[in-house]
Amino acid sequence: MSFKPVILWTDALVYLLVAGLFVFAWYVWRNEHLLVPWRRVAHSASGMSALTVLVFFISVGMLDTMHFRPAIENGGGGMGETAYSVEVLSLLDLVAAPLRTRVEKTYSAPFAAHLYAKETVELPDGGQVREFPRLKYGGAHLQDPETERMADVIRRSAAGAAMGLVIWGFAIVSLGILLGRGDGKGWRCALSAVFCGSTAVPWRAICITLALMLLFSGAALALCGYYHIFGTDKVGQDVFYQSLKGVRTGLVIGTLTTLMMLPFALLLGITAGYFRGWADDIIQYLYTTLSSIPGVLLIAAAVLMMQVYMETHPELFDTIAARADLRLLFLCLILGVTSWTGLCRLLRGEALKLREMEYIQAAHAFGVSHWRIITRHILPNVMHIVLISTVMDFSGLVLAEAVLSYVGVGVDPSMISFGTMINAARLEMAREPMVWWALLAAFTFMFALVLSANLFADAVQSAFDPRIRILSIKTGALRRKKSGGEPARTYSETP
Amino acid sequence: MLNYIIRRLFYAIPILIGVNLITFTLFFVVNTPDDMARMQLGIKRVTPDAIIKWKQERGYDKPLLFNEGEQGLAQLTRTIFFEKSVAMFAFRFGRADDGRDIAYEIKSRMMPSLAIALPVFVLGLGVYVVFALTMVFFRATYVDFWGVVLCVALMSISSLFYIIAGQFLISKLWHLVPISGYGQHMDVAKFLVLPVIIGVASSAGANTRWYRTLFLEEMGKDYVRTARAKGLAESIVLFRHVLRNALIPILTGAVVVIPLLFLGSLIAESFFGIPGLGSYTIDAINSQDFAVVRAMVFLGSLLYIVGLILTDISYTLVDPRIRLE
Repeated sequence: MSFKPVILWTDALVYLLVAGLFVFAWYVWRNEHLLVPWRRVAHSASGMSALTVLVFFISVGMLDTMHFRPAIENGGGGMGETAYSVEVLSLLDLVAAPLRTRVEKTYSAPFAAHLYAKETVELPDGGQVREFPRLKYGGAHLQDPETERMADVIRRSAAGAAMGLVIWGFAIVSLGILLGRGDGKGWRCALSAVFCGSTAVPWRAICITLALMLLFSGAALALCGYYHIFGTDKVGQDVFYQSLKGVRTGLVIGTLTTLMMLPFALLLGITAGYFRGWADDIIQYLYTTLSSIPGVLLIAAAVLMMQVYMETHPELFDTIAARADLRLLFLCLILGVTSWTGLCRLLRGEALKLREMEYIQAAHAFGVSHWRIITRHILPNVMHIVLISTVMDFSGLVLAEAVLSYVGVGVDPSMISFGTMINAARLEMAREPMVWWALLAAFTFMFALVLSANLFADAVQSAFDPRIRILSIKTGALRRKKSGGEPARTYSETP
Repeated sequence: MLNYIIRRLFYAIPILIGVNLITFTLFFVVNTPDDMARMQLGIKRVTPDAIIKWKQERGYDKPLLFNEGEQGLAQLTRTIFFEKSVAMFAFRFGRADDGRDIAYEIKSRMMPSLAIALPVFVLGLGVYVVFALTMVFFRATYVDFWGVVLCVALMSISSLFYIIAGQFLISKLWHLVPISGYGQHMDVAKFLVLPVIIGVASSAGANTRWYRTLFLEEMGKDYVRTARAKGLAESIVLFRHVLRNALIPILTGAVVVIPLLFLGSLIAESFFGIPGLGSYTIDAINSQDFAVVRAMVFLGSLLYIVGLILTDISYTLVDPRIRLE
């Protein structure tokens, strides 16, 4: 099958981000003093378990980032030119093709074999009967769903979970071999150390998390080919598939927002703090003005205006996906503008403090240029602030997306996200009996994503923030426990 | 003190002008009034006459910044910039798309918003401080540990789910209070219980954890060690010394949102059908009523600036070491 790769704007930025992360990781690896705080992160049990979960989400998100347009099979053949579908698909769509294409008529409950609504069905003898018709795909392999379904679900999920356990076993053994080679003691010895929890890196916690994740995903994968494990939505789309698609939207908003505002915040914050004088006045005025507009209102105003622009200039977007993607990018930009001010203020304060330091005074005395002082002495010393605020912001942004989509200024309605899922499900709240599964799926996925992001952010913060580190030593609190920083921005509270 | 306040008020003016310029650019320069008219009337099959009529009804049929057709000062005042943006300083917000006066709507909708936001604010502050103090009192024990775990878990739940779950459990399943709506006089209370509880619960995680950090930070100070060295009981140290000092950042941090309480909360009000400013804004966003959104942006930033000034004043009130010059 031929295809044409498509790189949407957010895809390009995600690739850029990944490449940047690799360069950063390589740089840190080469410098021992940069590696020390990361070791502290690696020694935190909750942080590393959270990272394990995040890796699952990130791999789903990355699969969903690689977009392409499949070729359309036309009867003509040999015309030399292949036509490509206007539908942009991702690798995830390809992997989950059974989920994507098996569309039922309307709502159906998780694991159901029947539709959720009664329909008039014509009997072979000509009569008519109102009943819940069988689903086209969900549980279609069963002869008599009433009696067989329970046993079938248990059998298939057990098989899937067992498959997950086998993979886990392989992972554990290879981990043991790797660790054993490191110490030179052999893999049995290394594995027993892992299971006693006596390794410096909390491998035991990581292994337990990995086992849980593999068990669940194994069972889910084994079942999702035969049932709609989270049910279907109004137009019969599989909710499990939607949740998987929503992961990318959440990840993109959480990461790209920070990426896009970072250059501005760094440049302006350090300029204001380092040069003082009129530059400081202007920049302070700029961020005070921007931050005095309540976040949601600024986002709403900007997104409304962007909607008008997109409606009146339809010629700029060739596919629906490109349009939805640009809207997502713009949403990141606007969210970045509103959250930019906090980081800028922090950086300005830190630069103000640093410029009075003796080593910078010495650099001045030696005639080092401003540019070199900033890049060489100030920038590396504010990077911990950038890192902490990046990871701390992530979970707040994922939550904000849901609220914004509810308000009507979120992502494009054609783009699947947790917010659009909740929004669609909310309309069915009053229905009797209630359609609850879409809410449950969105809740589960969002909770897992945000919780692990929060835990990881805590681990990073307690490893990098000197204030928090002193605090936890002084109070003698349980050493592994983290204390929070600023409360996460909640967009629901400020109008 | 009075001098300082007056000077702060003057500082606020350039910021408000900046906000005004930003909204003007967003609403009139990025998209011309013609674009907006076309959007509102439907993209295709729009006659030029319909656009002109739409603009005339809303007063958008003037030049943006400079009116050449007028004489003298009217060249500047008979423009969109003056009539739509500058007029907001005099609280002349104009009319919404349904023809009602926006300033009147804002005035009548402030009270329902406040009726929810104020109890949430006061109750929340008390509840979070009590929880945080409990955790600090039992610090380095399992109470503290599981408290933090619970806080992080609560933080990770979207505020939408708090509302949905609350409405489902309390109103639909147990039929304790009405699911949504708003009443007159004494009737109001039963409609307010649920939104207030959910409002307090939805930000409990983040705030409790933050207050706990503030308390812990205060616990490390020298005066606490002195108090303990004097032989004071731990509970007295905690409730008399630490609490009072840690309340300074908590209170001053809370003052800034007091004026914003008038705006209410966007999603809670629309979920519970409360006729406040939050639901007004949401309706305006959904029906693309630009005049209302513009007015709310201006009002929001005005209230925020008032909050900042109040914060500075409150510093001097609770912390005698700070003098405003």
